[in-house]
Amino acid sequence: MPPASVQLDDQGRLRHFLSIEDLPRALLVDILDNAERFAVVGDRAVKSVPLLRGKTVVNLFFEPSTRTRTTFELAAKRLSADVMSLNIEASATRKGESLSDTLRTLEAMQTDMFVVRHQMSGAPEFIARHVAPGTSVINAGDGRHAHPTQAMLDMFTIRRHKPVFEDLVVAIVGDIAHSRVARSEIDALRILGVPEIRVVGPRTLLPAGVERLGVTVHHDLDQGLDGADVVIMLRLQQERMQSALLPSGHEYFLTYGLTPARLKRARPDCIVMHPGPINRGVEIDSSVADGEHSVILQQVTHGIAVRMAVMSMAVGASASAAPRGSGA
Amino acid sequence: MKMRIRGGRVVDPANGHDGIADVCVDGATIASVGRAPRGFEADREIDARGLVVCPGFVELGAALREPGAEHKATIASELAAAAAGGFTTVCCAPDTDPVIDTPAVVELVNQRARGVRGARVRCIGALTRGLEGQILAEMHALREIGCVGVANTGHRMRDTNVLRHALAYAATLDLTVFLSPEDPWLGGAGCMHEGAYSTRLGLPGVPVAAELIGLGRDLLVVEETGARAHFHTLSCERAVKPLRDAKRAGLPVTADVGVAHLVLTDEDVARYDANCHVRPPLRTRRDRAGLRRALAAGHIDALSAHHQPHDADAKAAPFSATEPGMSGFDTFLPLVLSLVESNVLELGRAVEAASTAPARIAGVPGGSLAPGAPADVCVFDPALRWTVSPETLASRGANTPFLGQTLTGRAVATLVGGRVVHERARA
Repeated sequence: MPPASVQLDDQGRLRHFLSIEDLPRALLVDILDNAERFAVVGDRAVKSVPLLRGKTVVNLFFEPSTRTRTTFELAAKRLSADVMSLNIEASATRKGESLSDTLRTLEAMQTDMFVVRHQMSGAPEFIARHVAPGTSVINAGDGRHAHPTQAMLDMFTIRRHKPVFEDLVVAIVGDIAHSRVARSEIDALRILGVPEIRVVGPRTLLPAGVERLGVTVHHDLDQGLDGADVVIMLRLQQERMQSALLPSGHEYFLTYGLTPARLKRARPDCIVMHPGPINRGVEIDSSVADGEHSVILQQVTHGIAVRMAVMSMAVGASASAAPRGSGA
Repeated sequence: MKMRIRGGRVVDPANGHDGIADVCVDGATIASVGRAPRGFEADREIDARGLVVCPGFVELGAALREPGAEHKATIASELAAAAAGGFTTVCCAPDTDPVIDTPAVVELVNQRARGVRGARVRCIGALTRGLEGQILAEMHALREIGCVGVANTGHRMRDTNVLRHALAYAATLDLTVFLSPEDPWLGGAGCMHEGAYSTRLGLPGVPVAAELIGLGRDLLVVEETGARAHFHTLSCERAVKPLRDAKRAGLPVTADVGVAHLVLTDEDVARYDANCHVRPPLRTRRDRAGLRRALAAGHIDALSAHHQPHDADAKAAPFSATEPGMSGFDTFLPLVLSLVESNVLELGRAVEAASTAPARIAGVPGGSLAPGAPADVCVFDPALRWTVSPETLASRGANTPFLGQTLTGRAVATLVGGRVVHERARA
């Protein structure tokens, strides 16, 4: 079995944030509680706290992303860190520089934290093993492996609407096979005590042995939605819509697209989530995406607070210290 | 030069021998096991009390990295490492640069090996020119220069028609074809066993079906062409039945398994240990158990070190971007002994699978301590404990997941053709 987690220090505190899988429940709850305190920061006129003052945060994006990078930037700025974003995809690695060489160069700039998005599974963990002892690595999405801050902001959103995880039925619908979001969500839901986690999709989009992640498997959307409290729709990547995996986006919508009619199978007070960006008319009907059950825009807002929580915890700045008095 | 290896436990399955005895070597050959020939006066004696004396190990497909990748390893470094691991003959895979598809490259390898204090080397020639899977290699010329067989190492045969012709041609020349079956489409971009662990790690998987479909195809082509085939490094339990059925039907097929596949599983890839990135991939506990049984029962004939040394850079990247392969010569013996220790294998069967069987499959000398046989001998200390580190490894490649672990068993003397090519102080 895997050796001791690289993401926790010997006192069990967060050092890096790479995946949800091996984190204790108490730590996930800590992240959510800290995020609650940071959420109020965004509502104030002065939207920053000095927790990361003097620290340098470098966003290393080896794969393009607007939304995730922007919220990480905002989160770091609200923590008063110096932030730099590097689009590595277009620069160093194209010139044949290896990942470890790129890292050494950046290390020389005395960085306190790397926020890493990479197309290869395990890249943030590789980086975490190679950085200097005082440097933290936050995974902003790696290959098909994990997207732990996205999962935590989804947990945050769920908790705001459905405070008791132990009572929930959660359905995750779509391309589980290629989704790092789904893997991290499944881990987080399981650790937080959700008794029934369902994955719903055609056999071509479900990975081998998925049931061993602790989920029940459904191929029929209506059955998968039946009685669900939370419905998480996953984005279907363009390149998979017409491939050996699926015949067309149209057929996908007919079989797995979330419409108002199908949503009736879920509980009347259910919430609908989507990590974005949305393919309207492919995985979700516009009237559902913009409808009363949708909490999709809240997810984006919560992303900043959750990332502030994770970043401050990773540099050892207790969130409970600062913002409580200033807002809540 | 006459030598006496005194008082060791002689394990020589080829001659049904297992017991304490002296082994006498006269020049390049074994003179006797047991009572010395009349008037035998040893010039040198090796004290083997407490040690095991067996025929030297024979490797059926190692990467020596020369020519073409001398920054990883050289013929000299790896043949010496092989000897330090108890190997006396190494069959070198053809995926060098340039590829071993002409007699000139074979001569180059032989020339570089000359004068090296280490194991013997024999080349496996390319099955197709440049290993490109399109035009047959000049197999007649490769056979004449001494290749033990042909293979398309590192390159899957996509075109079944070319495969069929290549095997038919090899059969004409009575050349053994070394095959590592994998369907090129299902194998695809995979870098570990497809299952719960690849799902958890988000790594593209190589399904069991990739090997089974490849094996099924290859066996049908073997049946049709009459080629003699050796399946190198099988990885799945379910590969055993078709192999056994083919043998029962009288097809000239044999197989080996890499010892790492008998020790590790896909669970060891957890935390993205790039030293566990191998092809074929490490599979499940169930596969490991099935392969162990098949080896013990002889359905799988031989063991392989599947030695693939790498430089540090080859493994310094996210898992899927690393080069597959594990450095195997140094850890081979202790891993095999760990299987003996845990009652997976009898020591006699282990020596047979590591020495006698591969020598027979490759058609090379060795694998036997019969009087008159070449004096290719391994003397090992089954109790010598050592910790794996770049400093203690004889191979240039430190790419092994056993780094930092303490293993038990090491060769203390290796003889090739009666010449001591490796010696290590006893514990």
